[in-house]
Amino acid sequence: MADTVLTINNIKKSYGDNLILNGLSLDVHKGEVIVIIGPSGCGKSTLLRCINALEPIQGGEIRLDGELIDGNSRNIAQIRQKIGMVFQNYELFPHKTVLQNIILAPMKVQKRSKVEVTEEAEQLLERVGLLDKKDSYPRQLSGGQKQRVAIVRALCMHPEIMLFDEVTAALDPEMVREVLDTMLELAKNGSTMLIVTHEMNFARAIADRVFFLDGGGIVEEGDPENFFTHPKTERAQNFLHTFEYESVKHHGNE
Amino acid sequence: MNWDVIVSYLPLYKDGLLITLYTGWFGILISIVLGLVTALIVHFKVPVLKTIAKIYIEILRNTPLLIQLFFIYYGIPKLFGIVTDELTCGIVGLGLLGGAYMAETFRSGIEAVDTIQMESALSLGMTRRQAMFHIILPQAVTYSVPAFVANLIFLLKETSVFSCISILELMFTAKDRIAVSSTTVESLFLVVVFYLIVLLPVSIIGSVVERRLRYASFGN
Amino acid sequence: MQALVTDLGFDVLFKGTNFTRLLGGMWVTLKISLISVALSIVLGILLGVVMTFKNPVTKAICRVYLEIVRIMPQLVLLFIVYYGSARLIGLKFEPEFAAVIVFTFWGTAEMGDLVRGALQSIPKHQYESAYSLGLNRSQTYFSIVIPQTIRRLLPLSINLVTRMIKTTPLIVMIEVVEATKVARQIIDANRVASPNAAFGLFFVIFVLYFAVCWPISLLASHLEKKWSN
Repeated sequence: MADTVLTINNIKKSYGDNLILNGLSLDVHKGEVIVIIGPSGCGKSTLLRCINALEPIQGGEIRLDGELIDGNSRNIAQIRQKIGMVFQNYELFPHKTVLQNIILAPMKVQKRSKVEVTEEAEQLLERVGLLDKKDSYPRQLSGGQKQRVAIVRALCMHPEIMLFDEVTAALDPEMVREVLDTMLELAKNGSTMLIVTHEMNFARAIADRVFFLDGGGIVEEGDPENFFTHPKTERAQNFLHTFEYESVKHHGNE
Repeated sequence: MNWDVIVSYLPLYKDGLLITLYTGWFGILISIVLGLVTALIVHFKVPVLKTIAKIYIEILRNTPLLIQLFFIYYGIPKLFGIVTDELTCGIVGLGLLGGAYMAETFRSGIEAVDTIQMESALSLGMTRRQAMFHIILPQAVTYSVPAFVANLIFLLKETSVFSCISILELMFTAKDRIAVSSTTVESLFLVVVFYLIVLLPVSIIGSVVERRLRYASFGN
Repeated sequence: MQALVTDLGFDVLFKGTNFTRLLGGMWVTLKISLISVALSIVLGILLGVVMTFKNPVTKAICRVYLEIVRIMPQLVLLFIVYYGSARLIGLKFEPEFAAVIVFTFWGTAEMGDLVRGALQSIPKHQYESAYSLGLNRSQTYFSIVIPQTIRRLLPLSINLVTRMIKTTPLIVMIEVVEATKVARQIIDANRVASPNAAFGLFFVIFVLYFAVCWPISLLASHLEKKWSN
């Protein structure tokens, strides 16, 4: 397909004898939102780390716009500029203000002018409702605010694809919404996104395609409506079942 | 306590103070440079040099400065015929000792910064060098400050050992006064006062900087 | 080989009882270190508990005490106790005794601060969850707080032992005959026969100290790593 942004072809990843990803393949098209779900330890976070070459892979290949992603290659920093990544624990730089966090990489890495980047950063902050926090330090923000700053920081590099690694897992429940809304807005504006999450309702709302990972490979994929209402495989059925509760209340009148 | 004696001793102690500060300053300067280089060698696992650096750190951290100084001052000239004056021996000895302590301080400062901070910087397209310079080192410095201040105080105190190789610093001055006169109380009083003059400011400024920097960087 | 031994000044070691005398000198410093460490641990634990009190008077006293120890060179303290005490309070201490006083005074402060740090590092909810399980105060201390405190404390206090051993050679300055003093006596006695004795003897002392301190440091860092999580 002409508009394929990311190609993952038969990759293998292991830690010693422990096989994490076993021959996984996946294509992401431009403007597409892909959600990856699966039980803990199924390798979904590792997959995102491999895409950004934070982990070496032992087999297969990953390409962005046809260009091979290899942690040892000389132009890896250039490729990483095209991949935005948001981490579970925000990973803002604690010694820099919100604005400095956002403009540092565009200025140092992309050599853009401070005025231009600051302007863009402020616009983006405004969009996520945090313009008044631009001179605050990360420690002064709530978890949800930090995560929205982290998203803006990644966006400001104009990435071709955004990776989200369980970005709401460390948040208090009442802050999950503000972060997910930000992501929905990005999706609406046509961003290409690869999302690892445990928020099933959110996955259903945002995904163009859902991939269910288990045991190091893709067990099932499909459009969200079909997947969540009629999962085909037993493993997916069991997994989705863990998010439901059976009522134990005694019905009827006393 | 005889105040006339104290006043008459003041110039002697002032000379001692200057030598303490002079040797301490140069010793600490060598420590910092040596420590930083050693820490980076260990952190980046430079082949061969890394092993040498580790042996150096272990040896210097596990032997007394007094013995190191005796070895440098009395032992080495006998064998190699390199005769150095006591001041040079003192500064070199303190620098070598301090380098080993500073290396450990800087190394653990770098290690205290979470590895995912490096990954976060890399994922923004920074090179390792940019990430080290903009993200890791500024945080590492903050983590290092308490141990750094402790090292400064430790090294300044260790200059008192120089009296054993006849460097005419504060401790030697006191020892000398006690030996040649019966002014023990005055001599001890002055040495305490002069060490307070050297070390109290370092201690106070150190803890203020520690608190400020910690707050500025991490807010607690 | 024979020539090399003589050139490096190691030959004097094998003359008469020289090597045993040197070891005897080492033992003097080690003995003083060990006695001081033992006393410091006992007194330091008490001090550490006192330091957690909220009483402003004890707090102020502890603070001054710690600051004195922090910024006064041990050599100055040794001189004050050894030379000063005779003048100030009319008591003439044996040099070894003066050394134990000083190193205990120093070690207690260091140990006390470590104990305080370890006690305060136990999060409040550890106490709360113990109480909520129905444990009483002493049960909470003995089965929850103290075991965790010791894990934090042990590696650091082992480090204190090596620091003590590395500082005790200073007692040569108050006329205790320890290893370096013995070495200088031997050097003087063999000035003509082995002119290089200084190299050999100080090298041996250097190695001896390293042989004592290094294993202790390794143990401390091993325990620290093992218990850090």
